Amino acid sequence: MKYLVLIAYPSDGWSSMTADEQAESHKDHVRFHQAVGEHILGGEALASSSAATTLRHVGGQPVLTDGPFAETAEMIGGFYLIDAPDLDTVVEWCRILPHGYSLEIRPCVEIDMPA
Amino acid sequence: MSETIEQIWRDEWGRLLALLVGQFRRLDLAEDALADAFEAATRTWPRDGIPANPPAWLLTAARRRAVDRLRAEAVAARKEPLLVVDARTQQEAQAAMADPGDQPGALVDERLRLVFLCAHPALAPEAAAALTLRLVLGVSTADLARLFLVAEATMAARLTRARKKLTVAGVAFAVPSGERLAERVDVVATVAYLAFTAGYAPGSGPDVLRVDLAGEAIRLTRLLRQLLQGYAVQSPSAATESVPLLDALLALMLLQHSRRDARVDDAGRLVLLPDQDRSRWNRVEIDEALGLLAGLPQDPAARGHRATEFRLQALIAAEHAVAARAADTDWRRIADRYAALEHLSPSPVIRLNRAVAVAEADGPEAGLVLLDGLDGRWPHSHRVSAVRAELLVRAGRAQEAGAAYDQAISLCTNEAERAHLLARRAAADSVPGSTSG
Repeated sequence: MKYLVLIAYPSDGWSSMTADEQAESHKDHVRFHQAVGEHILGGEALASSSAATTLRHVGGQPVLTDGPFAETAEMIGGFYLIDAPDLDTVVEWCRILPHGYSLEIRPCVEIDMPA
Repeated sequence: MSETIEQIWRDEWGRLLALLVGQFRRLDLAEDALADAFEAATRTWPRDGIPANPPAWLLTAARRRAVDRLRAEAVAARKEPLLVVDARTQQEAQAAMADPGDQPGALVDERLRLVFLCAHPALAPEAAAALTLRLVLGVSTADLARLFLVAEATMAARLTRARKKLTVAGVAFAVPSGERLAERVDVVATVAYLAFTAGYAPGSGPDVLRVDLAGEAIRLTRLLRQLLQGYAVQSPSAATESVPLLDALLALMLLQHSRRDARVDDAGRLVLLPDQDRSRWNRVEIDEALGLLAGLPQDPAARGHRATEFRLQALIAAEHAVAARAADTDWRRIADRYAALEHLSPSPVIRLNRAVAVAEADGPEAGLVLLDGLDGRWPHSHRVSAVRAELLVRAGRAQEAGAAYDQAISLCTNEAERAHLLARRAAADSVPGSTSG
């Protein structure tokens, strides 16, 4: 199964950390990569949600707004796309990531696309 | 005949369901097929006699129904999502299906897998509790609705959501690996205790207690304990680490459950601990619980945090169980145990109980001091006001007691408890001289 792991943390999370804490956080990601290896199908760190642009269609017209889907205390700061046999395995791996994160683990749905 | 089938249902449901889940990887399909097989048994066994191997008969009938339904679904071209079951587990289930009569002990972990699937931390605890009782113990949806005080359709929807979550989220039908086993046993213990307390502290409705639900929670705890002891062969440290936790939990449940016959009078009213007829307490259960407590490791570190919590609560219940009369209760020791418990895991409930014990040991004023500030931490419950009212009566502060009773009565939603509070308020009002101060 494929799982998307959404990483959320307080919006001032990274900037309020000391250099040592940032380095520690980085190391956790390295450990995660070592443990999960080729089961990581993709993953990125995202720029701050203040850099987000949201597109919705209103009355058939595309409307752009400044900012993320919803303003929340926590923001999505990154993601991993993982291939794993089951949820318990994903949870086991995610325990390696920095403990300041909230992680939303979402199974992906297989959709057959016409060729 | 129906009693025989009911007994087989109680003894075999979880094991047979685990096998069907292992092979077919679908909870709904396995449940429906097994329920159909039992239904067929109630029709045919009275006519044809009980088969030589009832579980094997049921399994064969259930498997046939499951295969029939899969065939019908294939015609309709529907594709249901499947549970995550590894190849080896599937093979084992198939082998056991082929020869269901001969599997001494081999299926211990089949049922363990089912327990860990249902009582999974990815489910909300209430949903996990209902699903575990349904799948592992075979409690019917109608009974679960009655036990958890919801409409049957609500319970059915709750179970469907839970099954779907387990499948779509990809929760494994597997026993957790060694280092995670103890954590997951903790979750199952929490689920079992939640079911137990739901039986003993109904929020509303006419029944003071739902003893059956508490009984099922005890059955679940016993089963898990027995399965883990069997599993110790494969994973000695992990399985035995968790046994003290389950021993402490089982002791606590048994001690509380042993009072069930004395807790409600013939008119269906709640009888409080000091007024209970202690000869109606179940001595066999009390003795079993005391034995379990005596067998726990002395070193708290060897027991773990949760086991220590359950142990302290059980020791408090045990103080009541060993007192021949209410007047013989060692309230000082109970107050100390509550203080230790509050230190370990602070909560309004524990503080309230501690206040009651301290009032018994040191007088009502000492108890009242411990209630200060508790209303804000537990705003919608009548319990703080009810206890305050009792202590104020004992302290001779009748006017304040009346106000506290009114507060408790206005917050109370359980009919039996409400009637009890009204009676207490009336009694307090009629005490001569109680208004003098």
